Amino acid sequence: MQTNQIIAMFGGALLLLGLIAFFLGRAKASRVRASGKTMYAQPDQYAWFAVLSTAGPAMVVSALGGFVLLLLGAEIPTLYLLGGSLAIACLGLAIGMLMVRPDFHARQAIERVIRFVLAGAALISIFTTLGILVSIIGEALRFFQMQNFWDFITGTIWNPGASFLEAAGRGDEGGSAAQFGSVPLFAGTFMITAVAMLVAIPIGLLAAIYMSEFAPQRVRTVAKPVLEVLAGIPTVVYGFFAAITVAPIIVSVAGFFGLEASFNNALAPGIVMGIMIIPFISSLSDDVINSVPDSMRQGSLALGMTKGETIRDVVIPTALPGIISASLLAVSRALGETMIVVMAAGMRPNLTANPLEDMTTVTVRIVAALTGDQEFASAETLSAFALGLVLFVVTLSLNLVSVIMIRRFRDKYRVNNL
Amino acid sequence: MSQSFDDISAQLKRRHRKTARLKWISMGALGLAGLFLVLFFADMLVKGMPAFQQAQVQVQVDYSEQASQIPLAALNEDARPLVSRGYLRLIPGRMEDDPDLLGTTRMEWVLADGQVDQYLKGHHTKLKAGDQAVVDRLVEEGRAELRFNTTFFTSGDSKMPELAGIASAAMGTLLTLLVTLAVAFPIGVMTAVYLEEFAPDNRITQAIEININNLAAIPSILFGLLGLAVFINFFGVPRSSPLVGGLTLALMTLPVIIIATRTALRSVPESIRHAAFGVGCSRWQVVRDHVLPLALPGIMTGSIIGLAQAMGETAPLIIVGMVAFIPDITTSFTEAATVLPAQIFTWAGEPDRAFIEKTSGGILVLLTILISLNATAVVLRKKFERRW
Repeated sequence: MQTNQIIAMFGGALLLLGLIAFFLGRAKASRVRASGKTMYAQPDQYAWFAVLSTAGPAMVVSALGGFVLLLLGAEIPTLYLLGGSLAIACLGLAIGMLMVRPDFHARQAIERVIRFVLAGAALISIFTTLGILVSIIGEALRFFQMQNFWDFITGTIWNPGASFLEAAGRGDEGGSAAQFGSVPLFAGTFMITAVAMLVAIPIGLLAAIYMSEFAPQRVRTVAKPVLEVLAGIPTVVYGFFAAITVAPIIVSVAGFFGLEASFNNALAPGIVMGIMIIPFISSLSDDVINSVPDSMRQGSLALGMTKGETIRDVVIPTALPGIISASLLAVSRALGETMIVVMAAGMRPNLTANPLEDMTTVTVRIVAALTGDQEFASAETLSAFALGLVLFVVTLSLNLVSVIMIRRFRDKYRVNNL
Repeated sequence: MSQSFDDISAQLKRRHRKTARLKWISMGALGLAGLFLVLFFADMLVKGMPAFQQAQVQVQVDYSEQASQIPLAALNEDARPLVSRGYLRLIPGRMEDDPDLLGTTRMEWVLADGQVDQYLKGHHTKLKAGDQAVVDRLVEEGRAELRFNTTFFTSGDSKMPELAGIASAAMGTLLTLLVTLAVAFPIGVMTAVYLEEFAPDNRITQAIEININNLAAIPSILFGLLGLAVFINFFGVPRSSPLVGGLTLALMTLPVIIIATRTALRSVPESIRHAAFGVGCSRWQVVRDHVLPLALPGIMTGSIIGLAQAMGETAPLIIVGMVAFIPDITTSFTEAATVLPAQIFTWAGEPDRAFIEKTSGGILVLLTILISLNATAVVLRKKFERRW
């Protein structure tokens, strides 16, 4: 029999047992109540408790069993495991029926189970973070067993090509050994991020100032969702736009000034990424500027300052922690952005300060390493996880700093909507 | 030193001019963002609209004995380079299915080659000058024209641009999003209900909250690494399948749904809960019968937005291998599939110029779906949102 069929049969049997439990439990509870005894709960609640005691333990046992099977590689045949679970389900059914007694608090018991299940669901997000951490760190450690950590952090040459030959046992044929110096990748990442920030921060901040301080209500209600559209466009679309439309424009503009630009220049993905990030900055800055207390504006205007001076010297400095926090979030977003750079930036690790040259980024190399035809244990594939670890640490710290700054702002001005 | 009134009023004028300047500059910034949006959509429309049309030519098809062996023999010499190979390939099969065809000669409208299509649309083409003359003649006779491109919506990927379509990618997106929704929606709502309605305010709860906010800000590509290491390598979920893609996207969408649900739950006033407790409901009964129904519009809105976000996501899916070449429409959760954004990514990498048009066409379809999803969310919110 196929495993799928066994699992389907198990599910069917469990469903059937659950139904039996429900109707038997309700019938018994109704009978007890009809005999005139006062019960702590409604018949339906006894019935649901019977269902829970039937299906719950059986499902937990089968899931745990399956997990152990995977984790330890123990050879418990699926058939036996699920059969055992069904036996437990029958036992649970019997217990559930026994518990249909006037002095049993069925409703509270259900309540406890539900609370437990909900808490379990809440833990999944913790497990996700742990999963990311463990999987990335685990594979990164394997990588650092093959490659020196300091060479990875400080090396300036990224040349994983030769690791393919090494893995094939032909290490000496390729000439040079594989090198995993990540500095050129970080240089490319920071260059593109810097370009993106140069676009996004001024435009986003000024747009936020206009929307919160100058714009009439009607413009505001239209402009905000329209700006949000920018954030909703899939990044793969931006990537295509950057590669097909923006990059050639930049090449011809650079050519007009007598400069030579690569078609994979760092400017195109940077500019397009900056445009994508505008709403992140403008939306959060707008909220922060709006929550600057009006008394501060009034005080400033009463001293004879013009509106422009009030904005420049009072509102913006007050809102600065929030604006910096928004910018940090935007930086973290730009660092981890993948599709735009995969499609529009170069593949060549290139240590340069000229944004018109092609540069590659951390995320590009992660994608390149994992979509190649390499076996999983090769140094190149594992290098993706080492890069991912760096990316994780950097974005996590940026996010934490950002959260702390916005919390300070919130506490200082007692704003609740941030 | 005292200043004259003239000096002071000149100074005032300068200061007010500065305010006006700030106003215009900031307005310009907003305008710039808007202008970009307009340019972007215009560019996509111009590039993508031709993808919805496809050249067809009327040719004489000779169903001879020879054509059942060598399909090319069914056509005249000068029509051969103009017809899609995808059509020619079908001729022997059709002759087998329908023996009456043998020996007949018919005029048929058939799918033209991708190069003819590009030529008719006025793009750069590799069509030879002689063939171009033939196409010109056919156009004059009304035997070659651009028609609505149904192939684009009904077929899967192909290396021949005239045969490439988005159907298999759309199916993959549907399957993947079903998995995502089935996993992320219940878990997300349950988490939010626990945090808002049940959880005591202790360290563990705070840790979960901080953790959820962090998950929302983690780069999506790291979720791909998680999917690869945990789902594929550890649990053995088949690579490239909608199942693994859906699970990966579910973990990514989870924080969005949790945060939206919490906001929706928080907007239900305390008095509703107090009233329900007052008539003897237990906590779960309060949540199930009173709080959740009232919060449902908000939860739906948040979930739709989360789903739309997941639909446009590409990076984690590339990592778990969903950029496969899928010519056939698969309806299985465990077979290799691709999704719309991944299809766009694949086509964007094709060297043939005709694929630029396909890519933009795919982008238009994707954007249309995303915009309608978001519009649905907004309408839902407008229609059912209650102000307390």
